[in-house]
Amino acid sequence: MNDERAMQQQPGRTPAPPHLKDGPGPGSPEAAALDATWRDPPGLLGWLAAVNHKAIARRFIVTTFCFFVAGGLLAFVMRLQLARPGARLVGPDLYNQLFTMHGSTMMFLFAVPVMQAVAVYLLPLMLGTRSVAFPRLNAFAYWIFLFGGLMLYAVFALGAAPDVGWFSYVPLAGPDYSPGKRTDFWAQMITFTELSALLEAIVVITTVFKLRAPGMALNRIPLFAWAMLVTAFMVLFAMPAVMLASTTLITDRLVGTHFYNPAEGGDAVLWQHLFWFFGHPEVYLIFLPGLGFLSAIIPTFARRPIFGYTAMVLALIATAFLAFGLWVHHMFAVNLPELGKSFFTAASMLIAIPSAVQIFCWIATLCSGRLDFKTPLLFALGFFFILVLGGLTGIMLASVPLDLQVHDSYFVVAHLHYVLIGGAVFPLFGAFYYWYPKITGRLMSERLGRWNFWLFFVGFNVTFFPMHLLGLRGMPRRVYTYQAGLGWDTLNLVATLGSWIIALSALLFVVNALRSLRRGAPAGPNPWGAGTLEWATESPPPPCNFHAIPVVHGRDPLWEPPRAAADGGPPPFTHVGGLAAHTRELLATTVLDARPDLRVNFPDPTIWPLVSALAVTVLFIGSIFTPWAVVWGSIPIAIALTAWFWPRRAETAVHLRLEQGP
Amino acid sequence: MTAPRRELDVSALPSYAFGHRSLMWWGTFGLIAIEGTIFAIAIGAYLYLRSQADSWPLGAPPPDLLWGSANTLILLASIWPNQKAKRAAEARDLVRTRGWLLVCLLFALAFLVLRGFEFAALHTRWDHNAYGSVVWTLLGLHTVHLLTDTYDTAVLDVLLFTGPMEGQRFVDVSENALYWYFVVFSWLPIYAVIYGVPRLH
Repeated sequence: MNDERAMQQQPGRTPAPPHLKDGPGPGSPEAAALDATWRDPPGLLGWLAAVNHKAIARRFIVTTFCFFVAGGLLAFVMRLQLARPGARLVGPDLYNQLFTMHGSTMMFLFAVPVMQAVAVYLLPLMLGTRSVAFPRLNAFAYWIFLFGGLMLYAVFALGAAPDVGWFSYVPLAGPDYSPGKRTDFWAQMITFTELSALLEAIVVITTVFKLRAPGMALNRIPLFAWAMLVTAFMVLFAMPAVMLASTTLITDRLVGTHFYNPAEGGDAVLWQHLFWFFGHPEVYLIFLPGLGFLSAIIPTFARRPIFGYTAMVLALIATAFLAFGLWVHHMFAVNLPELGKSFFTAASMLIAIPSAVQIFCWIATLCSGRLDFKTPLLFALGFFFILVLGGLTGIMLASVPLDLQVHDSYFVVAHLHYVLIGGAVFPLFGAFYYWYPKITGRLMSERLGRWNFWLFFVGFNVTFFPMHLLGLRGMPRRVYTYQAGLGWDTLNLVATLGSWIIALSALLFVVNALRSLRRGAPAGPNPWGAGTLEWATESPPPPCNFHAIPVVHGRDPLWEPPRAAADGGPPPFTHVGGLAAHTRELLATTVLDARPDLRVNFPDPTIWPLVSALAVTVLFIGSIFTPWAVVWGSIPIAIALTAWFWPRRAETAVHLRLEQGP
Repeated sequence: MTAPRRELDVSALPSYAFGHRSLMWWGTFGLIAIEGTIFAIAIGAYLYLRSQADSWPLGAPPPDLLWGSANTLILLASIWPNQKAKRAAEARDLVRTRGWLLVCLLFALAFLVLRGFEFAALHTRWDHNAYGSVVWTLLGLHTVHLLTDTYDTAVLDVLLFTGPMEGQRFVDVSENALYWYFVVFSWLPIYAVIYGVPRLH
């Protein structure tokens, strides 16, 4: 509570006079007051106490990209090892750690969180508001994610990284075959990251439902917001399965439960059901935000509104439902009832339909637009090529006999990289080039961007296409080396050469991103001539996002500005006014029609989310060493959470002056 | 022709509201969805393990009905003070809200004491076999929800007695009651599984 007081005494935190209300727009004293109100406090303590969604999201995005680079380097070492038969660069134990760390990093520390991080930055800007819902919870989710990821890399540095694959199958991962603490660290990393993802899902759902600009009815929100909303709902129902799975795994290992021990009535296949009930929706948790990026990029560079908005939304929702009916196709090699397998084959093929609906809508948009071939569009087009190839091998793998033939071979490795890199990483790179000017105020270099794209596109195919053939020729995945003369030598060498090209491309990307921070051309509010609200404000956006919250009159607000009524009626509303400028007061709107509903008070910055995250970290890591950590570790958590929620008298006094009952 | 600037004045809107108009309601809804899914999957794991076993329960008699059933009655009865607290909060009656929340707390404490006897009447341990593991997990998961909501209720009531008061606190009480209903209604299927399924033949 003392730091709170200290913060208010620091310069830049002088509260504005209480009579100022927003509305006058940029350049006014009210706008300056709004910026002072919504800015995070200065200094180190202020940095640790930050709750502004843009500050948290920037850290989140940078953190996930660091994990992406780390996971990529691990893969690069694996490719070097496999470049020729019988290589001795890494031994079997390190190799096991490498592929486990690579898979776990990419799935849990990069692919899902990076999408949520981008959403936390963009959604309030796209929806025309000043914050995400529950900004302190958002900060907590970031810290907990950071600590979980750091724990995993700390144990890797100590040579005790998990080594049983990113899906940690029992009995291998159980206490009998994996003694020591390695798998426990993996299980707790899951608990950290999934807790973070679940909390972010709540933040996203509440933000999209309650914090939209007036007039942005649910059938007008950008498709990216729809994609993130659907993704958040999927997180709510998918992630609990893996949290329960990792918890039961760790209790099997630490306190002697028998969930996965067949000798005492447990069952190893239970793990596979629990894991893949999460694991298959997980693929779509990564894929749907990618689709959202494309639906933002394609209309802008085709210079026309998206074709088939309603069909796109329905396709997203259909995909989400079907994604929960596919998990057994990861288990076709398990002895399960044949009828059940047929059902999952049918569902696996069915999901191609909503995906195809979206692809055809994009093609229609592209065909009827005037294309502007900038880097973001190149990545979008690269997506089409690669995802279609991945989708085709997906249809092949959905059939049980073929799946059995190539199960656990490099064919599966090729398929999953085509789907995930094609479906998520290409759109993500496109999104990075697209929104970078909004976040930093400067454009990235187009020339380097084109080099980045073409090297990545070529390098990707050179690396992963040969893996289809390797799989068909019988090379199993997760082997640290192989003998010469099996017909795998050349293809492996080609794949490794491809990984050099990918590495070069990634290096260019990093250089471009860092160089453009200072040397990029100034972007202005809307460098691409896009239609959604995030382009209505300055680049980078001011602390309060919008000095006057806009009133929305169409799906692409910047392409459909409010027009004066033809019959001489009252002119349409253009912006919101009347929210307090001296405290974080924000407009909440109704769920369906976005009619103005409430003036909600948002919490101030505070150190307690960080302290709570540290307390949770102590409990999670402590419980690996003693089950009693769950008992004593919960005491500091309870204290920190109580301090977090306890209202300050000064803050309450401000609220009371603005209070109006329902 | 683009329209001239015209302001939509929102300064007269209410600053808090109950139910789905409130942001807290959506936060609570999200938690309920997550935890309901955890319970559902844990029950699924129980039934899956049972489907793989030759006999059920494994190596133990079914749990005694007494404490579990008594607890179910207490839990169902606790809806009454919670509803009273919710109504008082929605009428913004601070004195009655404080009082009813205190009654809610007493119910929760009584329940937690009986929960201890319930664990003792399971006739198995978590490390005995897979049946013991999954029963302890189900009961343990539900108990964690009880503990956290009891603590939450206690903090809220202390705040109502001592802390700075504003309208939003009444919304918090209303959402707290909603969450308690979830703890009550999620217990019913868990009760049916823990106590009923071992008696099915």
